[in-house]
Amino acid sequence: MENESIGYWKSVWIEFGKDKMAYISLFLILLLGFIAIFQSYIAGNKPIVLVEKGEIYFPATFDYPQFTGTNFKRVYENSENGFAIFPPIKFSPTENDLNAILEPPSTTHLFGTDDRGRDVLSRMVYGARISLSIGFLAVGISAIIGIFLGAIAGFYGGTIDFVISRLFEIMMTFPVFFLILTILAFSNPSIYNIMIVIGLTSWTGIARLVRGEFLKLRNFTYVDGARVLGGSDFRIIFRHILPNSLAPVLVSATFGIAGAILVESGLSFLGFGVPPPEPSWGDTLSQSQKYVDFAWWLVLFPGLLIFLTVTSLNLVGEGFRNAIDPKLKGT
Amino acid sequence: MLPAINPENYLTADMNILEIKDLKKYFPIKSGVFSRTVNNVKAVDGVDLNIEKGTTLGLVGESGCGKSTLGKTIIKLLNPTEGQIVFDGNDITGFNTAEVRPLRKDMQMIFQNPYGSLNPRMNVESLVTEGMEIHNIHSKPERKEIAVDLLEKVGLAKYTLNKYPHEFSGGQRQRIAIARALAVKPSFIVCDEPVSALDVSVQAQIVNLLQSLQDEFDLTYLFISHDLRVVKHISDMVAVMYLGKIVEIATSEEIYENPMHPYTKILISAIPDIKKSRENRKIVISGDVPNPIDPPSGCSFHPRCPIAEDKCKISTPELADKGGNQMVACHLA
Amino acid sequence: MENILELKNLTISFGNKKERYEVVSDVSINVPKGKIVCVVGESGCGKTVTALSVMGLLPVPPGSVDGGEVIFDGQNLLGLSDKELRDYRGNRLSMIFQEPISSLNPVFTIGNQIGEAIRAHRSVSNEEEKERVIELLELVGIPAPETRLNSYPHELSGGMCQRAMIAMALSCDPELLIADEPTTALDVTIQAGILDLILELRDRIGMAVMLITHDLGIVSEVADEVYVLYAGKVVEKGTRDAIFNSPSHPYTIGLINSVPSLVEKSGSLKSIAGNIPSPKNFPKACRFQDRCEFVFDKCRQEEPLLEKLKEEHFAACYKSGELFNS
Repeated sequence: MENESIGYWKSVWIEFGKDKMAYISLFLILLLGFIAIFQSYIAGNKPIVLVEKGEIYFPATFDYPQFTGTNFKRVYENSENGFAIFPPIKFSPTENDLNAILEPPSTTHLFGTDDRGRDVLSRMVYGARISLSIGFLAVGISAIIGIFLGAIAGFYGGTIDFVISRLFEIMMTFPVFFLILTILAFSNPSIYNIMIVIGLTSWTGIARLVRGEFLKLRNFTYVDGARVLGGSDFRIIFRHILPNSLAPVLVSATFGIAGAILVESGLSFLGFGVPPPEPSWGDTLSQSQKYVDFAWWLVLFPGLLIFLTVTSLNLVGEGFRNAIDPKLKGT
Repeated sequence: MLPAINPENYLTADMNILEIKDLKKYFPIKSGVFSRTVNNVKAVDGVDLNIEKGTTLGLVGESGCGKSTLGKTIIKLLNPTEGQIVFDGNDITGFNTAEVRPLRKDMQMIFQNPYGSLNPRMNVESLVTEGMEIHNIHSKPERKEIAVDLLEKVGLAKYTLNKYPHEFSGGQRQRIAIARALAVKPSFIVCDEPVSALDVSVQAQIVNLLQSLQDEFDLTYLFISHDLRVVKHISDMVAVMYLGKIVEIATSEEIYENPMHPYTKILISAIPDIKKSRENRKIVISGDVPNPIDPPSGCSFHPRCPIAEDKCKISTPELADKGGNQMVACHLA
Repeated sequence: MENILELKNLTISFGNKKERYEVVSDVSINVPKGKIVCVVGESGCGKTVTALSVMGLLPVPPGSVDGGEVIFDGQNLLGLSDKELRDYRGNRLSMIFQEPISSLNPVFTIGNQIGEAIRAHRSVSNEEEKERVIELLELVGIPAPETRLNSYPHELSGGMCQRAMIAMALSCDPELLIADEPTTALDVTIQAGILDLILELRDRIGMAVMLITHDLGIVSEVADEVYVLYAGKVVEKGTRDAIFNSPSHPYTIGLINSVPSLVEKSGSLKSIAGNIPSPKNFPKACRFQDRCEFVFDKCRQEEPLLEKLKEEHFAACYKSGELFNS
């Protein structure tokens, strides 16, 4: 009995680790997250470290005023002025090179170039941050709204539940994608607007889930127990019911992130997404429309990345769901 | 065991920690578009009870008789439909949630299912200290000290503080639940079937623990159970409940040696007892507990009663004093 | 006395490939014809698993029968295929469970469900079937059987459902009824009626019953013979009177003392210290050692075997001789 105690989340993690596919998928998502965070050290035309006249600039990817307009590649590649360490991919995602338009993959441009001579690999690297931040922030917004409304509806029941449930139903009658298209048509299509619009329109799933969990859990004896101890509604909702209903919400949120990334790609593909020159995956994919007959690399790489990310997220969500569901656990 | 009760004292308020008068709890059955109340489940239908300080009142009855509802109504987890609850001299009948909250320090509850009554995401330390945290008593380190102390009193070691409910057996969980209830230093505890879900050998441990804690902390118990053996063992007074009403109250010796209500007699004869000889039974009862939505007229026990007469079908017997602290609701007793 | 059922050295384990643990170890139980044998024990003692293995209902995997025999009327049931077993199940031996309401199918009437049990093993006409159902319902004491057979399970109370379950179990005149905690979910007044019914069926149709329960009170009321199980082992066996008059295993003694009595009032109950061990970490040698007040060195080193104390009374304890005499 005196052995180490395994908390709930730890046991879920152990269970999750047994699912190899989910584990690999989680690793891929984390790798993508790493790429998104350190994108400017992985791709770009500015050096990571720059040594000039005895001064060390790190990280030199930052815009120093004295280097404005400097083409580092030309100045430092084989220079006597000092030296620079460049990122492994030496192209910026927005750097046009009219001498290298629509080049197929080569040793210089591993993923080829697009119709403005921009390096596709570099655009893929920078697109990771856009896709992931849209996915996570949109789901963050919808989770906050969904948990709040679902918790109130499920906990209090009665008239409050009736009103909020009708609100869910009204929201659900709108086809979300077209609603987003409509809103974006009338607003300025920045990356933040896309996140907010996706977040504001996709909370009904989480809200219904949370409501169901609250309806179930509020009748558990430990909720009565907390009440008998004198616990306030606030304490009962946040300390006793919410932590016990969170696991399925996290599963649903993981699927939600995948969904949001797909919606963003779809919007970009239709030209309503992240405005150029921001290098979103969907945007590269949409360019491919015009050259689909020969520029296969414009279709393959963004398509593959979207597919891998969304599939990984879904596999993580599925692995997580199996890990928390005792019925599906191996006996 | 039982202090000699002087009838005058029995009626004075300062001896009784809890007095209930004509308590009713109906659950409305709603139907139709406008949620009109079409009928009521009369779970508790006019109960009078007094519990003397420092004693245990056992409440026994079969499933559906309303004993759990009565317990929850007394502790104000449910709001009474009618009647009066006087706790420690205060009429708490109409108290709302906020008004009841400070009283929670004094009245606590232990639940039947030790698997469901502890939040699975909280470790033992936060479970036991939660009450003190809610009522803001003691500093944080003091709370932990008190928790360790209480755990020791209920028979659990200090290292259990960081463990979670699923790591314990049923009996150990019930010990945690008891420590959790005791942490706010209550004077009155409703024990709702606290040992029914436990194994026999563990049941006895918990019953003994409850008894020793009662002496140590001067606790008053309302002990609800379907098992008359356990109730008789732990209680000073025993109340027998049938279909929302108390049919008999007596001291625990009297209720076994001299049961007066036919239902009590049947209940006693139906209990298998290893110390009873095999031939010494049994009055067999027919039929099932009637539907509390539509209880029988007159005495609600009459359709199953072996000695019922015509008047039992018409008039409802009141709980009447039969002397020696025994009260019975039967025309024929 | 001829035995209708003999369990010989039955060993059952549970778990996955990596980790297996025995829940029933070397259990031998004899059920004589026309007798009520009570298997008594607390949660995790293996009593339900034993019953399920007799019926061939043990979930495999995770469970598996690792050794021993289940001999019903001379035939080892463990070797039989599922199809062969079906001829026994519901026909010559049947079983009733703890939760009567969830054991009945809510979409069929009880008449239909009892009739189905008959049709499964006998070829009968519709009239014969209906007659038999009414006869069975009468036998188990359901009032107005002609109308009750058209009731759905939810229209009956728990006690009536258990009676209907018993009627179904009796439909083909089984020689053995296995009753797993048949009254635990019922009220005491209803329980008394069901126990009376089981006693009456033994006397009237000579059916043997293996009754599994945790309630010693029930055991004392109905048992002819008693097997006390603890942590997957038989620790004491004997006739009803032997067990209750001179219990000789510390666990049996503790169990008897743990039950409060209506007759006597003692200050505090004699409880058994400690908790029931989980099958994953049963103690070596005697499995009761950690909770036993008479424990000494040998109990931790070598496992005590069932020793004969007198005719039809056995206990698995080094001290049982002393305890038997005291």
